[in-house]
Amino acid sequence: MPISKLGRPFFALAVLAALIALPPVADAMGQPALTSMAARILIYGIAAASLNIVLGYGGMVSFGHAAFFGVGGYVVGILYAHHASGDPLFGFIPGSNQLLVTLPAAILVSGLAALVIGALSLRTSGVQFIMITLAFAQMLFFLFVSLKTYGGDDGLIIRRANEAPWLNMRDKQTVYYVCLAIAVAFFALLWRFVNSRFANVLMGLRQSERRMAAIGLPAYRYKLAAFVISGMGAGLAGALMANFLRFASPDMLHWTKSGELMVMVILGGVGTLFGPLAGAAVYIILESVLASWTEYWQLGVGIILLFVVLYTHGGVQALALRLAGRRP
Amino acid sequence: MNWRKLATASAITLAAASATQADEPVKIGMITTLSGPAGYLGQDIRDGFQLAIDAEGGTLGGVPVTMIVEDDALKPGNGRQIADRLLNNEGVKLFTGIVFSNVAGATLPDIIDNDAIYISPNAAPSNFAGSECHKNYFVVSWQNDSLHESAGQNATNLGYETAFVLAPNYQAGKDAIGGFKRFFKGEIVGEVYTRLDQTDFAAEMAQIRDAKPAVVFQFHPGGLGITFLRQYQQAGLLETTPMVVAEPSMDGVILNAVGEAAIGINVSSHWNADFDNEASKKFVAAWKEAYDRPITYYASQGYDTALAIASALKANGGNLDDLGPFREALRKADFQSVRGDFAFGPNQHPIQDWYALKVVAGEDGKPMLKTGERILEDHSDAYAAECSL
Amino acid sequence: MTLFLEQLLNGLQFGVMLFLMAAGLTLIFGIMGIINLAHGSIYMVGAYAGALVITETDSFLLGIPAALVVAAIVGILMEVTVIRRLYRRDHLDQVLATFAIILILNQAITILFGRQPLFAAMPAGLGGSIELLPGLIYPVYRLAIIVVGLSVAAGLYLLINRTRIGMLVRAGSTNRDMVRALGVDIRMLYTIVFGLGALLAGLAGLMAGPILAVQVGMGEQILITTFVVVVIGGVGSIKGAFYASLIIGVVDTLLRAYLPGLLRQFMVGSEADALGAGVSSMGIYLLMALVLLARPKGLFVADS
Repeated sequence: MPISKLGRPFFALAVLAALIALPPVADAMGQPALTSMAARILIYGIAAASLNIVLGYGGMVSFGHAAFFGVGGYVVGILYAHHASGDPLFGFIPGSNQLLVTLPAAILVSGLAALVIGALSLRTSGVQFIMITLAFAQMLFFLFVSLKTYGGDDGLIIRRANEAPWLNMRDKQTVYYVCLAIAVAFFALLWRFVNSRFANVLMGLRQSERRMAAIGLPAYRYKLAAFVISGMGAGLAGALMANFLRFASPDMLHWTKSGELMVMVILGGVGTLFGPLAGAAVYIILESVLASWTEYWQLGVGIILLFVVLYTHGGVQALALRLAGRRP
Repeated sequence: MNWRKLATASAITLAAASATQADEPVKIGMITTLSGPAGYLGQDIRDGFQLAIDAEGGTLGGVPVTMIVEDDALKPGNGRQIADRLLNNEGVKLFTGIVFSNVAGATLPDIIDNDAIYISPNAAPSNFAGSECHKNYFVVSWQNDSLHESAGQNATNLGYETAFVLAPNYQAGKDAIGGFKRFFKGEIVGEVYTRLDQTDFAAEMAQIRDAKPAVVFQFHPGGLGITFLRQYQQAGLLETTPMVVAEPSMDGVILNAVGEAAIGINVSSHWNADFDNEASKKFVAAWKEAYDRPITYYASQGYDTALAIASALKANGGNLDDLGPFREALRKADFQSVRGDFAFGPNQHPIQDWYALKVVAGEDGKPMLKTGERILEDHSDAYAAECSL
Repeated sequence: MTLFLEQLLNGLQFGVMLFLMAAGLTLIFGIMGIINLAHGSIYMVGAYAGALVITETDSFLLGIPAALVVAAIVGILMEVTVIRRLYRRDHLDQVLATFAIILILNQAITILFGRQPLFAAMPAGLGGSIELLPGLIYPVYRLAIIVVGLSVAAGLYLLINRTRIGMLVRAGSTNRDMVRALGVDIRMLYTIVFGLGALLAGLAGLMAGPILAVQVGMGEQILITTFVVVVIGGVGSIKGAFYASLIIGVVDTLLRAYLPGLLRQFMVGSEADALGAGVSSMGIYLLMALVLLARPKGLFVADS
C-alpha cells in the first residue's frame, strides 16, 4: 500500500528524533532513568533483530542466541580484566579498555563462535536444530560458570566503561548516545541486508530448500553465513550491554535469556525490520512497569505474552497496523 | 549575583529544605530477591524490616519512612537496573535488602559511588570487606566467611579430626569452604563442589559414605539445603556421621521442612530465636503476632538493619542531604541488637559473638534450635585489617 | 566396587525419573508436533498437589491420586485452552506460549502457597536403607522409584503396542495427516495423549516430593534435561526416550561422581574441582551434540 510505504520512513525518522531528544527531556521531567531504559531497549533491540535474521528471514529457530550475546559481553569483560591487571590473555593478547578495540573484538569472537556452532548445528533441522543450539549455549554457559578466574557464577565486574576517543564514557548520556549511534548504523546495515539478493535467497530457502537447491544454490553455505552474521550482531549487543551495565555474568548466556530474545522477536513481529526493536521496547517497558506495581509481575508478563501469541497474529507491529485499519 | 539568580538559588534551597522536613518521609530502597526458589529469604528480610517500622507506627527513629521494595529475581543485571532507577528517578539515598553476593557485587558499586548509603542485611562478599571497603557501605549481618569460620571453630571444639566438606560451585560456596578450613584444625578427607541447580545428591552421599569422615560440613542455603539434608538422612548417613553447618544451611524454614531428621545437627549462628535478651524477645513476639510462618535469622537481620537505620535517623533528625553526620551516627551502632552485643569494626562490618546451636526435640515435640556455648567472642573478619577507612 | 555399583543405581534412579517426564514430552512432540516448555510446570503442579495432601492427611496413599488427578486436570485444561490453538502454528509460537504458561503457573503457585519450599513425608515403611550386597547400602525409597519407573515403562510398552489407543498413537506419530484422514477423532486423541503426558509428569513430581524440595522453579530444572533425553532418543519414540533416559541418568551421575577426582590426578585441587563441576554439567549437552552430529534425528527414530 502506497500510504504505508510512504508513512514508514517518516515514522522511523520521528522515532529517531524522539530518541535523540530523550535524555534532556527525561532529565527535565525528573525521570533520568528513562534514558537507561531506552539504552537497554536499543541494546536488546540489536540482539533481537540479529536473532530475527535467522529466525524470521532464515526460518532457523535458534534457542541459543544468548550464547553469542554473552560471549560478546565476556570479550569486553575479559579484555578489561586483563587491561586492569596488566597480564596479557594467554600470555600474548594484551587487554584493552578502548571501545574501538573491544567492540570489533567482540563481534569477531562471537562471529567465530557462531561459525563453529552453526557449522555443526546446521546439519540438523526442525526440533533437533532448536535443541542442538540450546545444547551449545548450555555448554558455553557452564564453561563461563566454571571459569574461576573471571568470576565464575558471580560474574565479572567492569569497574569503568570502555574509553572512546573524544568521548566521556563515564557520563550515562554519552553511553546512551553511543548505543543510539551504533543502533542506527546497525539498522541501516540491516535494511541494506534485508533488501539484498542474499536475503532473498535466505527467504527462498525458508520456503523451499529443495527449490533453491534445484537452482543450484548451496543452501548450507547461505544458512551458515546468515547464522554467523546473526551471531556477530548478538555479540555486538552483548558488548554494548557489558559496557552499559559494567558487568558481565553467566546470566547473559542462560537459556532463559535466549527465551527472552525470542519473546522480543515474536512480540514485535517475526521477519520484519523494526519489529524486534518494538518487541524489545514492549517487553522491557512491560517488565519494569509491572515490576514497580507488583512483586508478582511475572504473572502479568505471562498473561500478556499468552494473549499476544494467541490473538495478535504477528506481534504488536501487526496489531498496531490492524488497529490503524491496515492489513499487516 | 543579580536578583534573578538569587531568587532561583533561594527557591532551590527552599525546595531542598522542604524535602527534608519531617512530613516528607525518608525513602528506603529495598532491592531483594522475592521470586524463585530463594524468594523466602528476601521475603523474610523485608518482613523483618517492616516489623521494626510497624513497631514505631510508620517511623524509624521518629522519622517517617517509606520503603520501596523491588524484586531483583536473583539477577545481577536487574539489581543494577533497579538501583539506577531508584537513585536517579526517586532520589533514594538509603538502600538495603540484597540477599545474594552476586547481585550485591553488581549493584553495590553503583550505589556507593553515587553518594548513597548501602546497609547490608545479608550478603557481604569478601571483596568489599578488605581493601575495597567504602565509607558508604555498612554490613549489619556478618562477613560471608565469618559464618563458616564459626562452623570450623565449632567442629574443632567438638573434637572432630576428619571432615568431608561440600558446597555449591560459586563464589559464596568457595568462601564457605575457605572459611571453614581457616578455623578447622583437623584433616579434610574430601572436598566436593555441587551445582547450584542440583536436585539430586545421591552421588555425593555415596562419596561421603566411602570416605568415612568424622564429621560432614556442608553449605547449601534455602531449598538446596532441605534437599541435601533429606537425602543425607535417607542415605542412612545421619545415624553414622554427624554434621556441622553454619546457619544458612539450617534456618527456620529448612528446620521446619526437614523436621525430626534434623535432630542432633550442630549449627553455629550469631542469633537464635531463644536468645535471652529484651530486644530479641520483643522481636520474636512481634513476628509470631504478625506472621504465621517460622521465624528465620534472615528476618532478624532485616529487623536489626531497620534498628540500625533508626538509630542514625534519630541522631540526625532524618536529614540525608549531608551523609556525613548520618554515617557518623550509624557507625556508633547505638541500638539494641536482637543478638546482644553489636559493634561495627573498622571496615563497617559487625564485631559480634558466635554461638553453637544444636537441633533438639522441643517441648511440643517439634525440633528446634537450642543455643549452647559461645564459640567466638567479639569476632570480626579476616579482611578488616586490609581496610583503611 | 560397591561405590561404583551404588553410583550406577543412582544413575538408574535418576534415569527412571527422567523417563517419566520424557515419555510424555516425546509423545506430545511426536504426535501433536508441540514443543511444550510447560511440561516441567505440570511436574511442579503434581509435586505441590502431592506434598500438600500428604502433609495435610499424613497419608502418602492419598497423595498419589491427588498428584495424578490434579496434574492430569491441569494438563487437560492447558490443552483445551491454549495448546489446542497452537497445533497449526509454528514452533516459535509454541515456545512463546508455553514459556508464558511457565511464568503464569510459577507465579500462581507462589501466590497460592507462598515461597517457602514444601516437603512430602516418606511413605511409611520406605524410609530406611537396606543392604543389597555386603557393603552396598541403598535407600529403599529410591529402589521403589526404580521399580515404579520400570513398571510404568513396561505398562507404556503394552499400552502402545497392544491397545487400540496405542495403535492410533503409533500411527499418529508416524503420519499425522493419515490418521486424521481415516476419520479418527484427532482432537480427542490429542487431549488423551496430553493428559497422559501430564499424568506421568505428575507421577514424577509426586515421587520427587520426598527426596527433593518442592518449590517454584523445580520444573525448569528438570525440563531442559528432559528435552536432551527426548532429542537424543529421537522425537516421538518412547523406546528412544527410555534408553536415552537411562544413558543420560547414568552418564550424568558418573561424571559428577568421578570427573573431579580424575582431574585432580593432574591438576591443582581447587581448579580441578571448579573445572570438574563445570565439565560434568556440560557432559550431557556434549553427548547430545555428538549424538545429533552422528544421527541428526536421534538414536531411535524409524526412517520414514
